[in-house]
Amino acid sequence: MTLFEGRDLSCIRGERHVFAGLGFALADGGALLLHGPNGSGKSSLLRLMAGLLEPARGVLAWGGRPVSDDPEGHRARLRYLGPLDAVKPVLSTAENLTFWASAQGVTQEGVTQEGVRQEGVRQAGVAGALARVGLTRLADVPARLLSAGQRRRLALARLFLAPAELWLLDEPTVGLDEDSIARLQAGLADHRRGGGRVVVATHGTLDLPGADRLELTAFAPPGDAGLEPW
Amino acid sequence: MVLFFVLIASLFPLAIGPAPEVLLRIAPGVIWVTALLAVLLSLERLFLADFEDGTLELLALAPAPLSVMVLAKCLAHWLTTGLPVILAAPVIALLYGLDGGAFAPLVGAMLLGTPSLSLVGAIGAALTLGARRGGVLVPLLVLPLYVPMLIFGVLAVDAALAGQPSRPHLLLLGALLLAALPLAPLAAAAALRQAVE
Repeated sequence: MTLFEGRDLSCIRGERHVFAGLGFALADGGALLLHGPNGSGKSSLLRLMAGLLEPARGVLAWGGRPVSDDPEGHRARLRYLGPLDAVKPVLSTAENLTFWASAQGVTQEGVTQEGVRQEGVRQAGVAGALARVGLTRLADVPARLLSAGQRRRLALARLFLAPAELWLLDEPTVGLDEDSIARLQAGLADHRRGGGRVVVATHGTLDLPGADRLELTAFAPPGDAGLEPW
Repeated sequence: MVLFFVLIASLFPLAIGPAPEVLLRIAPGVIWVTALLAVLLSLERLFLADFEDGTLELLALAPAPLSVMVLAKCLAHWLTTGLPVILAAPVIALLYGLDGGAFAPLVGAMLLGTPSLSLVGAIGAALTLGARRGGVLVPLLVLPLYVPMLIFGVLAVDAALAGQPSRPHLLLLGALLLAALPLAPLAAAAALRQAVE
């Protein structure tokens, strides 16, 4: 059992405290729901977990070892879904996904490998991921023709390219219809059944059985009285 | 980009007049400055689209080092701007009456010099991400760093025109490229990490 945990995390953006003294622990198959008003630092916490941001204070650890010791190893085990979809309009739906499959070095085992079978495995991974989000029919359509919800689903499809140990999802349900939310929920359940962890920040309705909740508040630490909290 | 290069370079003979000795005198400088501007024109777009649509964040989180991605971007940038400019160089050489003896050093200097322009430019493009007037900042940052390539590029052609060996200048251009090749992607990758923070 490896634990993904954060201790006493603080984040400062633009000379303002976004949050301070945050802690969490996430076991295999665990889920963490970030909750709080706009600007309480949910996205910042997710970016911090992804390693895009450095914590101003505190430690982020995987299995007891600080993540900062092995940033590349940490990057390899996580999938981050940001607020932006990162969809290239000139490429087709399947081409968009194929690019990310190669960028992430995806093979069937979800590890980077060089081999003759790689191309075939990658195509299978892309087809499987498109099926998971219900975009198979639109595989050859240029992405510029997709609706906002369909682009979001294409962004979500990246999660299903290969198993990863940690999903970090920033408002995954924005623009999704009920059917797609159900598909995402099923995907989340499968991911956790396989021992994957997930951290979600959402204002929408997402059913995560047994998820821990982390409450973030609009935060102003003592001594910062002159500064308006975000 | 190539069109821009050819158009601007062809304006000079029209503006200055067809005196061959004057044209021959200014040819190396004009060709290099125009090539520099053509490269500069497209630099701002190098990372901007990826930065705006979130691709850059995901690339920063991909297992492959960011500097390798920068190197790939630079290669793509050179293939779409540097290489076409080199291919268009014969047309320009014709306009200015550069003969065969000076033509080979010109192409050689451009082959060695333009990749450095893309590489060094990537640093500037990465540094100005997120700045409000990035398009204005890029030339300010990058043009001073382009001066060595400009000087040795022009000297190589000038030397050939004066009947001297252009080899030393080409070697220096090669040295600049060899220095930029490993260093520029590292610097640009560091700047990109700052940008996606």
